[in-house]
Amino acid sequence: MYNEKVMDHFEHPRNQGVIEDANGTGEVGNAQCGDIMKIYLKVEDDVITDVRFQTFGCGAAVASSSMATEMIKGKTLAEAWDLSNKAVAEALEGLPPQKLHCSVLAEESIHAAINDYRVKHGLEAWEEKGGHAEHQH
Amino acid sequence: MNTEKRLVYMDHAATTATRVEVAEAMVPYMTGHFGNPSSLYDLAKDSREAVDAARVQVAAAIGAAPKEIYFTSGGTESDNWALKGVAFAKRSKGNHIITTAVEHHAISHTCAWLEKQGFSVTYLPVDRYGMVDPEAVEAAITPETILISVMMANNEIGTIMPIAEIGTVARKHGVLFHTDAVQAAGHIPIDVQEMNIDLLSLSGHKFHGPKGTGALYVGPGVRLDPLMHGGAQERGRRAGTENVPGIVGMGMALSLAVAEMVENAERVTALRDRLAAGLLAIPETYLNGHPQKRLPNNVNVVFAYIEGESILLLLNRKGIAASTGSACSSASLEASHVLMACGLPHDVVHGSLRLTLGEETTEADVDYVVAAVAGVVQRLRDMSPLTPTELRSK
Repeated sequence: MYNEKVMDHFEHPRNQGVIEDANGTGEVGNAQCGDIMKIYLKVEDDVITDVRFQTFGCGAAVASSSMATEMIKGKTLAEAWDLSNKAVAEALEGLPPQKLHCSVLAEESIHAAINDYRVKHGLEAWEEKGGHAEHQH
Repeated sequence: MNTEKRLVYMDHAATTATRVEVAEAMVPYMTGHFGNPSSLYDLAKDSREAVDAARVQVAAAIGAAPKEIYFTSGGTESDNWALKGVAFAKRSKGNHIITTAVEHHAISHTCAWLEKQGFSVTYLPVDRYGMVDPEAVEAAITPETILISVMMANNEIGTIMPIAEIGTVARKHGVLFHTDAVQAAGHIPIDVQEMNIDLLSLSGHKFHGPKGTGALYVGPGVRLDPLMHGGAQERGRRAGTENVPGIVGMGMALSLAVAEMVENAERVTALRDRLAAGLLAIPETYLNGHPQKRLPNNVNVVFAYIEGESILLLLNRKGIAASTGSACSSASLEASHVLMACGLPHDVVHGSLRLTLGEETTEADVDYVVAAVAGVVQRLRDMSPLTPTELRSK
């Protein structure tokens, strides 16, 4: 049901784990729905120098976390904020329709982590643009 | 790390391989003896006789008379026919049906459809093992009740229902009793007389017969409307040219399964218990279904903190075929209604794994699976944000 790219990221997840001294973390989803994503960011001079994730969920959820963390590493917070779930799904060369919400979860958890960093550093939390950030079950 | 690549099929509740001798017995009825059993000429006689012989085999396997067996396209058709057939035939007598919360979708979705047609359905709850209480069945009977439908053994958790007790209750109140015996037939003893069963569904591919074959047992004096309308096949009750090769295969497969049942059940039960013990040694792992009253080949467990589809994908890479009740693995994104009915919390249902053994399963297979599952569970727990520190790899 998954393509080779998705399976590769599921079986060999990039950036899995925790950052002990993370300065931004975000967790979204819930165990009832069957997926939870937690993102740890290390931000230096507005740039994401390291990122790790922990995920409870299906193959698509793990692969989305892996790909999304790859895509924001080394990026500025503003660039990372603009990463859409669509871009994550496209980078994975497609997800089954019923699994697209997993890529939404990746986008949302990154947003949560970025805003956690911003708020902790006395900055205003950015607002979700809306429209694409729904997480439906 | 085990790099060995092998195939360990542990999804026999989903389907089984058709036995080679069964497949071979079917071939002549596709090629040489291809006649339509309804035709008049000699060629058709072979087909007719083959269907009759299979009817005797199926009847003998469940303690029925051959004329009480009707061939169908599978378990789903048999379930649909039993429920809809009785509901509409008995509509003038009453509109109430009693069933359980853990039936296969072929029953529960048919009941939901009947509710839309104006029937009233009681879905009885089950205990933590997935068992329905015969006293609750009796208490649910009203003057309007026309049918009780309770599965013989559960397809997900393997729990064997108190069918004989429910049969006694049904008979006492003069209510028809149907059982979906799709998972039970060929695996545990069935006697429709002793168990007071009026209707019983079977599916050929669950006991090494061909897919697309099934049967409905209809006891003496039971009236039910046809589901399939058309020709006068199956004594006018189930239209459509008989699937002669399939019927031949199902009859033979069931007959073989019953002949080998005692021996197989003993061997498979020992393997099942070895597998369950191995898996339950993994921390925070719990058995689903009844510890004793369960199918000889069913193991169903939940692992806390991880999700079932991920487990299946990683096991598949190790050549292990299994199944889960996680919502993420189903097209409908709905978690197992069976595990929910047993009272499992929603988040735990996602971590379920069903392994169903077969006659060819070996002790080495079981040990391989236990080791593989333990590795996969640890790997996923290391990845999960929910896992407590003490369960993570050091």
